[in-house]
Amino acid sequence: MRSEHILIVTITSHHEIEDSGFVWIRSALSTAVLLVVAACGNSNGVGVETELLVSAAASLTNAFAEIEAAFEEANPEVDVILNLGGSSSLREQILEGAPVDVFASANTSNMDQVVEAGEVGSNPEIFARNVLQIVVPSGNPAGVTGLADLARSELLIGLCAEQVPCGDFARRALANAGVTPAIDTNEPDARALLTKIEAGELDAGITYLTDVASTEGGVDGIDIPEDEKVLAEYPIVLLAGASSPDVASLFVEFVVSEQGQAILADHGFASP
Amino acid sequence: MTPTKPRRDKTAGRPPALLIVLGCLGLSLFVVPFVGLLGRVPWSELSGLLTSDVVSDALRLSVVASLAATAISMLLGVPLAWLLAKTDFPGRSVVRGVVTLPLVLPPVVGGAALLFALGRRGLLGEPIGELTGLVLPFSTWGVVVATTFVAMPFTIITVEGALRNMDTRFEGAAATLGASRWTVLRRVTLPMIGPSLLSGLVLTWARAFGEFGATITFAGNLQGRTQTLPLAVFVGLESERDTAVAISLVMVAVSLAVLITLRDRWWNSA
Repeated sequence: MRSEHILIVTITSHHEIEDSGFVWIRSALSTAVLLVVAACGNSNGVGVETELLVSAAASLTNAFAEIEAAFEEANPEVDVILNLGGSSSLREQILEGAPVDVFASANTSNMDQVVEAGEVGSNPEIFARNVLQIVVPSGNPAGVTGLADLARSELLIGLCAEQVPCGDFARRALANAGVTPAIDTNEPDARALLTKIEAGELDAGITYLTDVASTEGGVDGIDIPEDEKVLAEYPIVLLAGASSPDVASLFVEFVVSEQGQAILADHGFASP
Repeated sequence: MTPTKPRRDKTAGRPPALLIVLGCLGLSLFVVPFVGLLGRVPWSELSGLLTSDVVSDALRLSVVASLAATAISMLLGVPLAWLLAKTDFPGRSVVRGVVTLPLVLPPVVGGAALLFALGRRGLLGEPIGELTGLVLPFSTWGVVVATTFVAMPFTIITVEGALRNMDTRFEGAAATLGASRWTVLRRVTLPMIGPSLLSGLVLTWARAFGEFGATITFAGNLQGRTQTLPLAVFVGLESERDTAVAISLVMVAVSLAVLITLRDRWWNSA
């Protein structure tokens, strides 16, 4: 039971001027939203829940929803709040000072940037792996068989934008296979790409095996051969700014525990 | 014929302090984000960033698509506004609701609806594709369709409002002198609502210029073909932030200039 709800919104209206021009002003917009979430009943009084803010990559959506439920069952005094999004957006929020307790990223480069900024309170730990698949509409109308088909200009081909992990991994797999794809669209995230393939508007794309599984038959997945394959590694970390580091490290331990790993495996993730 | 400005009440003296405080708080919501944006602008590299390939491709596409959307809005939106204002037909209020729906709908919903209707496997898209070979999604035409969908309501509501508020005696006089309804429209009505038509079209253009959600959902995102300025900002924000901020600055400056020029006129004639 929450005894109080505090609303904190920071507005930065002042700015300083240096010789070089404007100093960067800490934009508090995305942070303010998270502050509002985090500020609801964070005190540790009797009967008050501890809230744990977990920022997790969008591809973890279904798996982490289940992990949240299992963790809360084991720790009834904790209320886990999931903040799901593209790993790079989550990274930006953390670097802008969002009061996040745990960060689970879909690739190591976003994690590395958080580590370099000194925002972490533990060493990042790889807790899951994901493989990429070629994704086609159900029934594979264009007859796609491998990465080489993504170079066919008469097909409508979509990838994730190279700025997001699934786009980065897809380009690496294509480079491994020596294929220059005939891209028709760079989608902002894996879900947007999947939707367009499922609707039959794109003939083929590349995304995570776990995403393919989540559509329950709406799309078909085609394995990428072993020598062209790229593995996505998911690191998790306890952040330096965690409001209750004990609870946060409990959560991290839970994710890497047998129970957490079993849930991840159910959703198609491979263990580290 | 130009509408006069409403008279300002000068008898009340000083405005109440509470209103000033709340008003300023409201204003800060709009101003603070732009101050934040200005603080991130890499002023010294600005010209280099704005002349890169990505930016010039996106700028060209944005200009072409927004002007095309404005032209289509004039061609199709003005007749629709005239029918809504000057004729009476069953279900008119429903039609009016439908044409203004894109104003309140999340653009991404509009984009998804367009995809299901006009996509390659869509309700109309499939027969159109079979007949003409034209595939709208992932093409520049798709960008034009998506931006027109979102922006045309501005033409319709502005022009319809002007038509309903105009003095109909001029049209009546022309009609009694033997002018056909078409001649009245061309020679009397359109010139009378000229200023409103212009502001409606400029608003339509500005909305089209800034369109994001429907475009990325329906037309996708590919440099040189479907990536307009707002899309370039979105995908660049996390990795090429300087470029994204530079484009944002241009968009804010252009939109602000257009809206400041037209705001008074818009409100007084609508």
